[in-house]
Formats: sequence, structure tokens, C-alpha cells
Amino acid sequence: MVHKDLAEFEDKLPLKLLQEIEELAPAAKLKKIAKKVLEEYEAAKIDAGEAVGLVSAESIGEPGTQMTLNTFHFAGVAEMNVTMGLPRIIEILDGRKSIKTPNMEIYLKSPYNKGKDIREIALRVKETSLGDVAKEFSLNIGDLTIDVVLDEATVKLVDATFDEIAKAVEKGLTGVSVKRSGNVLTLKLKEKDETKGLNELYRVKERAKDVYVKGVKGVTQVLPVKRQEEFIIITAGSNLKKVFELDFVDTDRTVTNDIHEIRDLFGIEAARQAIIDELFKVIETQGLNVDIRHIMLVADTMTAGGEIKGITRYGVVSEKASVLARASFETPIKHVINASLKGEVDKLNSVVENVMLNQTGPLGTGLPRLVAKREE
Amino acid sequence: MSEVYLNGVFAGTVDTGSSFTDKLRQDRRAGLLSGEMNVFFDQNMDQVYVETRRGRCRRPLIVVTNGMPALTDKHVKQLQKGESSWSDLINQGVVEFLDAGEEENALIAFSDEELTPEHTHLEISPIAMLGVVTSLIPYGDFIQSARLIIGSRNLKQSIGLYAANYPVRMDMDVSLLHYPQKPLVTTEMHDLSEYNAHPSGQNIVVAIMCYKGYNMEDAVIINKGSIERGFGRSTYFRPAVSSELRYSGGLMDTIGIPDKDVKGYKTEDDYRLLEDDGIVYTEAKVGEEDVVIGKTSPPRFLSNLEEYSLASNIRRESSVSLRHGEEGVVDFVVLTENEEGNKLIQVRLRDQRIPEVGDKFVSRHGQKGVVGIIVPEANMPFTSKGVIPDLLFTPHGITSRMTVSHMIELIAGKTCALSGRYVDGTTFSGEPEEAIRKELCELGFNEKGTETLYNGMTGEQFDVRIFVGNMYYLKLKHMVANKIHSRARGPIQLLTRQPTEGRAKEGGLRLGEMEKDTFVAHGASLLLKERFDSDRTIVPVCEGCGILAIHDAFKDKRYCPICGENVEISDIELSYAFKLILDEFKSLGIYPRLILKSKY
Repeated sequence: MVHKDLAEFEDKLPLKLLQEIEELAPAAKLKKIAKKVLEEYEAAKIDAGEAVGLVSAESIGEPGTQMTLNTFHFAGVAEMNVTMGLPRIIEILDGRKSIKTPNMEIYLKSPYNKGKDIREIALRVKETSLGDVAKEFSLNIGDLTIDVVLDEATVKLVDATFDEIAKAVEKGLTGVSVKRSGNVLTLKLKEKDETKGLNELYRVKERAKDVYVKGVKGVTQVLPVKRQEEFIIITAGSNLKKVFELDFVDTDRTVTNDIHEIRDLFGIEAARQAIIDELFKVIETQGLNVDIRHIMLVADTMTAGGEIKGITRYGVVSEKASVLARASFETPIKHVINASLKGEVDKLNSVVENVMLNQTGPLGTGLPRLVAKREE
Repeated sequence: MSEVYLNGVFAGTVDTGSSFTDKLRQDRRAGLLSGEMNVFFDQNMDQVYVETRRGRCRRPLIVVTNGMPALTDKHVKQLQKGESSWSDLINQGVVEFLDAGEEENALIAFSDEELTPEHTHLEISPIAMLGVVTSLIPYGDFIQSARLIIGSRNLKQSIGLYAANYPVRMDMDVSLLHYPQKPLVTTEMHDLSEYNAHPSGQNIVVAIMCYKGYNMEDAVIINKGSIERGFGRSTYFRPAVSSELRYSGGLMDTIGIPDKDVKGYKTEDDYRLLEDDGIVYTEAKVGEEDVVIGKTSPPRFLSNLEEYSLASNIRRESSVSLRHGEEGVVDFVVLTENEEGNKLIQVRLRDQRIPEVGDKFVSRHGQKGVVGIIVPEANMPFTSKGVIPDLLFTPHGITSRMTVSHMIELIAGKTCALSGRYVDGTTFSGEPEEAIRKELCELGFNEKGTETLYNGMTGEQFDVRIFVGNMYYLKLKHMVANKIHSRARGPIQLLTRQPTEGRAKEGGLRLGEMEKDTFVAHGASLLLKERFDSDRTIVPVCEGCGILAIHDAFKDKRYCPICGENVEISDIELSYAFKLILDEFKSLGIYPRLILKSKY
């Protein structure tokens, strides 16, 4: 409930604003101040018939022409290679499921972020495969087995045990039985086919190198970096869900640049914010200046349906009501034929269709209609 | 073991690549192998490439052995006396041509002073690394390389005497400068290439200053008096060509004044300049749309019934006339035959081009500019000695482009004009700037080249001293008269009913997709509609089935092709382009139905 002096503004101003007025303004002048605020609020609103979408498109598109094509970001040698510039913008706006360079910034909880043993901590995040911890792969042609000699030091470094590795290999490598003696794993083909036994063994050896044993799946590279006063871990490859299960990770601040992952984990509102942040980051690093509200509008349209939809003919454009508008974007024949099969009706309610017909659209000076009706 | 490739194809192996390469080179110098052969030894790959193919860029260099050039004073004396020639030097192995590959193996000295035993070749002259046109630019070692390239490109576009036999040539789109002059500041190449026999520019007085802003953004201000004295005056030639073609069935074109009943007959006035043979007389003044060669052709489709029924075989008008906005004088008429033996008529038109606002002028240093205004001589600034510059060049054009050679030429040109001699400005070996400045000082002028100037309009002295001097300026072939274009109403395309495209077809200037967006962004819907009204049409639509109805103008009746006459038909306004897409839908078997609703 708001103050009684502000009651009349309740349906005119947002609640948050009213609360702020009540909090900050002297009680005697509440009404006067609210009136002034309302005036400003109304003035700041966008007029009916303003082409916000097109202005946003121009405001993002025009600086886009000035962007350096294909810039890769190397802020010092100790940074990771991240797609930036125009390719990244296209990637975000298209709503791509798999992005070129997924990466995370992992913040750590208090004792861990001081920099002590930071390399070891980072290595626990990195995905480790059998090839990384093995010292030697030797083929035993006689009885068709492979002996994998594990390197004790590396196994210790990634915080794993021999048993753990044996189990992981058994799970990850199908059609093979695993036996362990000391630091040697013996892989044996379950099915024996004499004709192709040796070839198969070779293939298994190659597959075994890539078998996952420890760490976070999908994280191919880790890099500890000092940010201000603390150490964080930058990764190539992203798997936020698994990272959050690690006890030393500060889940409040850890982020990924994979928007779809954010949507799956936190929901569409977070994804919207992620789109805004990621787009703004690129535009900012290019030294360009785009009003955040244009980006917000784009993020809103992309996420309005609860799903991330790209600005493509499969995404946002496919939802347009007008056949002509869809046809004028891409693949016109497909749209016209499908519309004719379904008997679609174009109500000519938007701008593009009306430009095609050379009529005034519902926009700017074309918006007002004659209200008075002639007497019959 | 080194691999040997002959023209890119593996040929075999040799024990040591380097000695094999040396042997080949010795044999070439001795005349045992062709001088057109080049060999390149790639030490890293241990491969020898022998090239004899055509299409390689090669340049001549003096051979050096043990730090001693093969070219001696004896050779030079023989050359001077005419006792030996260039090809003798090549045959003797004194000079050889290297291609891009063999250059990789060479260590080339710029001058004989810097020769060491390691050097393999000596540059004949440093300007040999520039092209013929580029070495025509004075002081090329005082300019950005990019600007030097632009400068040499401009030289190629300059108007001069393009061919000495121009009176009997039928060239397309050529110009001729009326009063070409030899440049005051020359280079060695001017003599070597005989550029002075057919120069393409004029020496003028240039002041580097602003004047009422008419030379901002790369424009130049020109003195009207200079133009009246002949500066930049040129003639433009363009031929009009027509031939008597033969068609199947024994029909053929006829050159002559068309009869009045010919289909597409223009007005009698348009044919007034034709003589009895249907060709204009020479020295006739022709304007736009005047017929130059009268011609009629047989009808296009013989089977057309309409054409048959009329007793006489109606012929088509196919004369050649001047394009829209074109004018000139008939200069030269040629009657000949073409390859197929048909009668061919060529009429050369001549047009005097006096410099006007929009014509392009450049110095030799990539400093282009179009004429911004032509100022009466009385209003031009003048020096204390009464010299009035012919051209005013903006100082802002120099700082960012860093064309130092432009300014050196200005001082050098001034010295030339005052001392009555030519200055050699050859790149790398021209007269030093200091010497020129000193000479200028001795001639009684400020060594910086600046002078006190007075405002031509008020007579007041300018606060600053202005940099004035003589420069060689070129008029380029880009003249406004060939480019100017505007349209209010005009021809439209048959298919879309939208305006035609391009100057030649008197076309409209397109308001494109992105320009349209700016109108939308401003919410200017009504203005946008008006701009796109060029193909506006009113079509009758059947309200019953929603398809375009037919208006029979003869009976003044409207009916729907599907529903017949007893149905409501209303007129609607559309872009013709949209009517066209409706027709295209119909041809695809798609039924586009218009559902009408009152706008109000």
C-alpha cells in the first residue's frame, strides 16, 4: 500500500517509482512531487506509432557496418580466444544452439580465490581423458588386449584414483572389459572376432584416448586469471550445471556465454538478460555506443515466447502474421505457396505489407484514423 | 641432392643446387642459354626452379662480380658513340633481366658506392623500379607511395594530344586539349618517353589558400580570366554509327530521310539537318534529339495481319539521333562498308568543352579536385607584383595526405618561371629542394615561396602570407557535361511501370530500401506513400470474388471475368508492382483474393 496522497497516482505510475517517492520526498510535498514525476514519466514514454523496431534495427545495424570483421580478442597473452565483433553479434542474434567459442568465468568461494593451489583447482575443472593421464598404450597382439600404463603424477594432479579411472573407462568404452593391476589397465575386447580382431583393437585404442575420466565434461581448456583482488578461472567450453556441483565454485557470480545453457538452467528471464549483456559487451569492446534500450527490445522479442528465437526466418520472422511480410524477408516462394495451401488472409496490419501496396501503414502520420462517422 | 623443376614440372635431380644454379647463370651470361631463362634456387626446400615461360615480370639489372660492376666506362663510351646497343650488353652478359623468382637470390645495390663483394647486381637507375607513368611525377621520393600511385593513375586519365592522327580517326569518347604545354618541372622520363612531344597539361599559377569556402572538400577555385585565355579548354569527340542491315526475305534498311507515313516518324523539324542522302552535313550545329543519320527498317514481324492489310509495306523509323542533353557540331562524316559488306555510316560529333563547375582537375601528386566556382579575374586575390593565381587549392588537402612533392613542385615551378629554365625533379636524383629555395631567394622572392596577397574583392591585404607558385595541372576526362542528370517526369519501364534506370535512359533516382527505412523511422508514412507513387494505378476489383475486374472502355462497362456483370465492382489504388505480383500469383495457380473494406 502506498501513502494516501499518492493513491491517485497508483494506476498512472509504476509501484516501484511511487515507493521511491514516498521514501525520498518530504511528506508534505508528496503530491506535488508525484505530479511532477508523472509529467516527466509521460514525457519519457514513447508515442504511439513510433517505429521502435526499425529504429532499433538501424541503431544496431549501422554501427555494425563499422565493426572490424572477425576480430579475435587477445587482451594480453593470458586471455582465452573468444569470438568477438560481428561474428559474435550474428551468433547471438541468430539464437544459435552451438556457439563458436563457449566459455565460462568461474568465480571461487573465499579460501580458494586467494590464489593458493589455483592451478590444481583449475585442473579439477578441466575435462580429463584417458589419453591425458596415460603414459603408454601398448597393444598385445597375441591375446588382443591393450595395456594402458597410467602416469601416477598426473593422476594425482587431476585429483583422481586408479580405481576411479578404471571405472570411468569401463563406463565410457563400450564392448571392452577393464582389469586393473597397479597403475596398468588391461583393456580386453568382449567379443572376439578373429577376422577383424587387430583392426578392432587399433580402433579401440584410438577411442580409449578420448574416454572421459575426470573433471567437467565439455571444458577443454582452463586458465586461472587474476581479476582485481581475486583469482578466477576462465574456461574454454561450457557446462554450467556440472560446474555448480563443485564445492569450491561461487555459484552467485559464475557465468557462461552460452545463452541456451542459461535458459535451460535459470529460465527465460535470465536468458534475456544474458542476451543483453553479451550483445552489449561486444558493442562496448568495439568502442561503439548503442543505447541499451535498443538491445533490450531485441532481447525482448527474442525471448517473448519463453523460448530463445533468433532473428531468422525460422525464429522471430516465422511468427509474423502477415504472409507478405514473411515472404519479403527470405524464401518468398515457400511462404506464398504455404499461404495459398492454407488459404491464409493477410490483414495488412503492419508496415512492410503496406509499403508493398503503396498504402499508408499504421505508423507515424499514417496511424490516425477519422473517428467521426457520417450520418446515414 | 636438389630437385630441379623446369617450368613447374619435376625434371630430375642434381648433386648440389647452388652450383647447378651458378652454372646455368654463367651459361646464360655467356650466351649459351637464352637470356629469357631465369633460375631460382630455394635453399630451404633445396629445390631449383628453371623458368622459361611467358608472362613473368622481368626487369634489367647490371651484373656484379666480386663487387665490380660488369658495365665499364668503355661500354658507356661505346653506347654514347652508337657503336654498341642494348642487346649487345645483354649478349655480353653485362646486363641481364631477372624475374620475381631470381630476384630472391640476388642482392641488388642501389648505387655503385654501396657495392660490396656480396652484391650480385647493381641497379641501372633507381627510377627503374618505377613504371613509365609513375616516373613522370616529379619528386616521387617526397610523397606517400599510395598517393604516388593515385597520381600516376590520374596521369593516365588526363586530356592531352592522345594521337597525332586524330582528325582521321573515329574514336569513341575521346578528348583533346587545345593548348597543351610542356611541364616546367620535368623528370628524365619526360625526355625518354617523349612525353614533351604530346603533353597533357598546362603550367598555371597556384595559390594554396581558402577563398569564401568554395574550395572546401577537395574543390578548386578557377580564375575566369584564365579560362578565357584558354586554360583547360578541350574538345570532346563522339561518333554516331549506323549501318544498312540486310534481313531475311531480301529486305534491308535504307539510309535516307524517312517518309512521313513511316511508323514512329518524328517531327519534320527533327530531320531538318539531313541532306538528300539522309546524313547530316558537316559543321551542322546539332542539339538534343536531332537526327544525325536518317534510316528506316522493314517491319519487325511480317506475319502481323494489321501490317499486311495496309497496302504499302509500312516501314519502321530507326534513325540515329543525339541523346537527351547532348549537343555539338558535326565534325567528320565517313561512308564505308563493314565486315559483312553492309553500308556503314559514321558521323563524328565535336563539342567544345570550356571548364565549368564540376569538371575535374588534378596536379601530378594525386591531388584531385573538381571546380567549385569560377571567379571573375577582378575578384581573384593578387600578389604585390600583380600576379593573379589561376587556381586556388585548399590547404586542408595537404596535411592529411602528406603530398610534400606537391609543394616542392610549386616552389620549383616558381623558380622555373622566374629564371626561365626547366627544373629536373626526377625521383631520387632531382635538384635538391635547398638549391631551389636558394635560387628563389636570389631571384628576389621569399625562399619559402610565400607572398603577400591582396583580397580581390576589397583590396585589403591578407593577414597571412600565401604560398604561391607555378604548377603543372591536368584536366581529366571526367567532365560534368557527360555526367549531369536530373529527372522530374520521364520514361517508365513497360513491365513494372516504374521509372527507368540510368542516365542514358533518362532514369529516375531510386529511393532504395534503406532510404525507405529512414522515412519509416521518422514516421513519415504519408510522405513515403507520395514518394512511392511513381507506379500508382487505379484498378477495378470485383467484391464478389476478390479478383481484378475488367473495365471495357469502349462500352464503358465493368465486369468481373468470373462473376459477370451483376456484381459490385470498386476501384482501388495500388502500386502497379503489387498488381503485377497478383498476376504472377495467378499464373502460378494461386488465387489471390482481395477483400475490400472501406477505409473510413
